[in-house]
Amino acid sequence: MTETTIDRDKLRDIYTRTMRVARADEKFRSLLMTGKLAVIYYTVRGQELVSAAAMAALEQDDYLVTTYRGQHDQIAKGVPLNPLFAEIAGKVGGTCRGKGGSMHITHPETGVMVTTGVVGSGLPIANGLALASQNRGDGKVTMVCFGDGATNIGAFHEAMNMAQLWKLPVIFLCQNNRYGEHTAFADHTKVDSIVTRARAYGMEGVKVDGNDAIAMYNMTKAAVDRARAGEGPTLIEAMCYRMMGHFFGADFSYMPPEHLAEMAAEDPLPRLRQLMLDHQFSEAELDAIVADLDAQMDAAAEFAANSPLPGPEEIRKDVFEEEIAA
Amino acid sequence: MSAQITMTQAINRAIDEAMAEDEGVILLGEDVAAKQGGGVFKISSGLTEKYGEKRIRATPISEQAIVGACVGAALAGFRPIAEIMLMNFVTVAMDQIVNHAAKLRFMSGGQTNVPLVIRTTTGVGVGFGGQHSDMLEAWFAHVAGLKIVTPSNAADAQGLMRAAIACNDPVIFIENILCYGLKSDDPGPGHIVPLGKAAVTREGSDCSIITYGRTVLDALEIAGKLSEEGISVEVIDLRTIAPYDEATVTASVQKTGRAVVLHEAVKQYGTGAEIASRLNEKLFGKLKAPVTRIGGAFSAVPMANALEQAWIPNKDAIADAVRSAVNWKG
Repeated sequence: MTETTIDRDKLRDIYTRTMRVARADEKFRSLLMTGKLAVIYYTVRGQELVSAAAMAALEQDDYLVTTYRGQHDQIAKGVPLNPLFAEIAGKVGGTCRGKGGSMHITHPETGVMVTTGVVGSGLPIANGLALASQNRGDGKVTMVCFGDGATNIGAFHEAMNMAQLWKLPVIFLCQNNRYGEHTAFADHTKVDSIVTRARAYGMEGVKVDGNDAIAMYNMTKAAVDRARAGEGPTLIEAMCYRMMGHFFGADFSYMPPEHLAEMAAEDPLPRLRQLMLDHQFSEAELDAIVADLDAQMDAAAEFAANSPLPGPEEIRKDVFEEEIAA
Repeated sequence: MSAQITMTQAINRAIDEAMAEDEGVILLGEDVAAKQGGGVFKISSGLTEKYGEKRIRATPISEQAIVGACVGAALAGFRPIAEIMLMNFVTVAMDQIVNHAAKLRFMSGGQTNVPLVIRTTTGVGVGFGGQHSDMLEAWFAHVAGLKIVTPSNAADAQGLMRAAIACNDPVIFIENILCYGLKSDDPGPGHIVPLGKAAVTREGSDCSIITYGRTVLDALEIAGKLSEEGISVEVIDLRTIAPYDEATVTASVQKTGRAVVLHEAVKQYGTGAEIASRLNEKLFGKLKAPVTRIGGAFSAVPMANALEQAWIPNKDAIADAVRSAVNWKG
């Protein structure tokens, strides 16, 4: 039975993770807007809480695989801000020495093993991480995040079947933000819900309001517990909204006004704030959390700005274990 | 006569030895477990009984999921082997191989790596037709981050497989279906052939044939025949197709002054073009004849044996290419 309540420490944790994601996204958009940064950027505005609540149900050494729109997942999982900012800016102090960028953030110390720029490709890889854990008996679970658009690519179906066949300790977190790039859900998928696809593979599948912190956390926790207990994978369909275009600066006039209004009404940030107040957190306490985070964002932006550019010798490194000859 | 071993036995032994040494060595592929008969070509015969179904995993027909799972397990520190039954089926898994296995070390700035072996079988000459016979090594050779290996004999198959499993980067290991029954003197347990080292299989002084895999046998046969005509042919077996042993190849052609690059894959845009080009860059002015290439015809591999034999690099054509090089007058 999934819990319907949450303890205050966990709630504070989720709030902090959510706001860390939100303030980082805000900071990036301001750097882009003012021309201090000029990179491709996939904003996570609207999906902050989904990841924060999901990652709060994982341990730091659990594995995560995510996609190019994955900054909320990475930050919520715990990737430190300084190297994250530097990576997105293409600097040598980045998680990947500037060689990956926002679409390929990797940080094994916090379990972030792969960020892929190819829709759906993370799912088969997540199975392999989970397979290693299953063979080792190390108790780790693997979470893989993807959007509704990814559920129409073959890799999704192959991976779902294999995960259930082998009862792998993996959680498929579909962040259904109702758009695959520019195409609305109903225009790319004929079923009402992604969860029906879990049933097609004999897999446990649950649908949850991703902007409901308590439900999102408890649903994820139940799936994590099942996976750790050797009971196999779960598909979670977390309903959420992508509140901006496909990438920063992209036109999103194709989103109808009623959808935009619905999104605004469901904005996870004010909703979470209200939930915190309902749980007797004070305005002052919440403001202090955000102020502290903003100071961290400023420091991370400065770290990134001051980090050197990678030199051309980096091209010869990490192609293979041994350096390529000049 | 010393003990002999077939290529099938040799590959099986290499995997067996690696699995005995390291719990992280696992094999995933269609039909590979004992219940399914130990693989279509019996390479994994007997391994399930020793290592269990958690390590020898028969999979659904899902090449993306097979390679993807092996990529993930490799990221977690395992040394997985993915069996892709036939090389044409790698097309279904190209995203995992090219966008992920090959690039994750680089894109992560060296934080992660993918010690993965993709074993696959192919070969022209058995009437399998257009979708079961291709040699596609040139596709992978064009991708930074992949190593490509193919043995021409049983002893090398054993030693190269051990080296491929030990390699900390992804390796595409191509087995030619016509070579499985080839016998070598048994190299004994623990035999390792390092990656990136070519073999001078026959020494000669007039012309070098640079080749790999099954066509090494053709090259040796032609070299024997041409010696009767007084032409001394050196045969280089690359063993590792990419990155190849440029030092050995260049030294051989520097000595002979002539080279024919031979492969079963389609000639156009093949690995032979890369090797010929590099020889020109290194040895222009020292070459006694243009470097030529011999490869498969530019069509799908046909099924009918008569057509298949016309498609495949022809032994007479190989001999003629060597004679032309030796008789080149400019």
